[in-house]
Amino acid sequence: MASTARSSSTLLKRFLATRLNQSRSVTYMPRPGDGAPRAVTLIPGDGIGPLVTGAVEQVMEAMHAPVYFEKFEVHGDMKAVPPAVIESIRKNKVCLKGGLATPMGGGVSSLNVQLRKELDLYASLVNCFNLPGITTRHDNVDIVVIRENTEGEYSGLEHEVVPGVVESLKVITKFCSERIAKYAFEYAYLNNRKKVTAVHKANIMKLADGLFLESCREVATKYPGIKYNEIIVDNCCMQLVSKPEQFDVMVTPNLYGNLVANTAAGIAGGTGVMPGGNVGAEHAVFEQGASAGNVGSGKEVEEKKANPVALLLSSAMMLRHLQFPAFADRLETAVKRVILEGQYRTHDLGGTSSTQEVVDAVLDALN
Amino acid sequence: MTKFCSERIAKYAFEYAYLNNRKTVTAVHKANIMKLADGLFLESCRQVATKYPSIKYNEIIVDNCCMQLVSKPEQFNVMVTPNLYGNLVANTAAGIAGGTGVMPGGNVGADHAVFEQGASAGNVGNEKLLEQKKANPVALLLSSAMMLRHLQFPSFADRLETAVKRVISDGKYMTKDLGGASTTQEVVDAVIATLH
Repeated sequence: MASTARSSSTLLKRFLATRLNQSRSVTYMPRPGDGAPRAVTLIPGDGIGPLVTGAVEQVMEAMHAPVYFEKFEVHGDMKAVPPAVIESIRKNKVCLKGGLATPMGGGVSSLNVQLRKELDLYASLVNCFNLPGITTRHDNVDIVVIRENTEGEYSGLEHEVVPGVVESLKVITKFCSERIAKYAFEYAYLNNRKKVTAVHKANIMKLADGLFLESCREVATKYPGIKYNEIIVDNCCMQLVSKPEQFDVMVTPNLYGNLVANTAAGIAGGTGVMPGGNVGAEHAVFEQGASAGNVGSGKEVEEKKANPVALLLSSAMMLRHLQFPAFADRLETAVKRVILEGQYRTHDLGGTSSTQEVVDAVLDALN
Repeated sequence: MTKFCSERIAKYAFEYAYLNNRKTVTAVHKANIMKLADGLFLESCRQVATKYPSIKYNEIIVDNCCMQLVSKPEQFNVMVTPNLYGNLVANTAAGIAGGTGVMPGGNVGADHAVFEQGASAGNVGNEKLLEQKKANPVALLLSSAMMLRHLQFPSFADRLETAVKRVISDGKYMTKDLGGASTTQEVVDAVIATLH
């Protein structure tokens, strides 16, 4: 019994070594001075936010990564994001944040949305993919959802016409639709993706979603090497849960993107593990991929059992964005190894570990 | 030998090791004979090494280095050298690892980068190679993958590198220096076919 346990652990180690050993024969040739540390704005946020951003801080410290954080306290009950924070992000160009709590109703707008609009972070990107070690109903899922982040149903234009009657405006502009379509196709081109699917409901919202589709079609003609198709959002949801392998890059307006990203995240392993970020012409804000505004339940905060994987992988995306690919690779490899080994998992992945236990496992796995 | 140039090459070597997760930097010298010149080089390396406490630093005399390279090359990781020793060490290391026909490399300065075949870059081949069009394109193909990374197109670099590695590992299309009989164009066609 003991000998089979020993031999299976050796097999596992060898399996892990070959699967996760990332070595390039062709190296990166940095420019002199590329190793200078970069400043990144850090917003711990509310609820589980400080817990998961704390995890990132610990891992960055352990790797001696060339980043240093400028931390700012922002809470969901503030009226607006403090100008000092916006200034800092404008200066550093890159920000990492936890979720900010948004009260329901009451006419108070979400600070998460406000930040995206203020900095014109018009593209939200979520990568939903199977992580080795997490069994899900579907394998072969690798979807990137690119979602328009500034208009659509999130325009915040609502009014009560007469008591008991409310009108909510969904605004779709050619300008915003065009630039999100351009971003999606450029992303597909730069990352060797074969297909872009536009998600819409233009059979009902003929003008609004019709305008969105027109913009996507125009941009598609400029990328003849990339396949383009369209899918109505209700069919899309059904396809996502039955045959998700058919999707590659998906470009969507604001609300559908939120729902599609969360669905795709759910089928591929959960919102606790999917990385993502928001990008505009000049700035990038990295946060948990899907459900980024989620600040967790009271119990998660109390017991300190939030899943740090999503934000750790997003911070690896951030390291690549800052052009530190070797550090990004190390972080990603360590996180994937911890997930694969399966010993330290938080509640949402079926385990009982606390955030700190997962972080310690990642720190051990770093090399 | 100037402090200015020795310092900046040492800085580049340690920064490179830091950015690419390399564990050791070895300075190659002959300061027992050229006490002042190579001594100055070593001083600069030692100074820079103190700023990178997590990277191991050691020194090796160039003659011992050549001997070690051909007997136990696994001990070396990043090597920082003055001009002439670097030429010799690079060619030796390229030779033991597979030949100068396959090793990628480049030159970089504060503002520009020039990519060329890694070792023996000034080598223009002999008459026969030219006539028969049998030069090995692998080195420059891999250097161009380095260039794509330098230009921040990592996905394209990965595709190119994977295709070239697969052609090499399949072993069907190799030029004379690797023991085969293919022409340059045959190797290129194989790489292009693998890309799709």
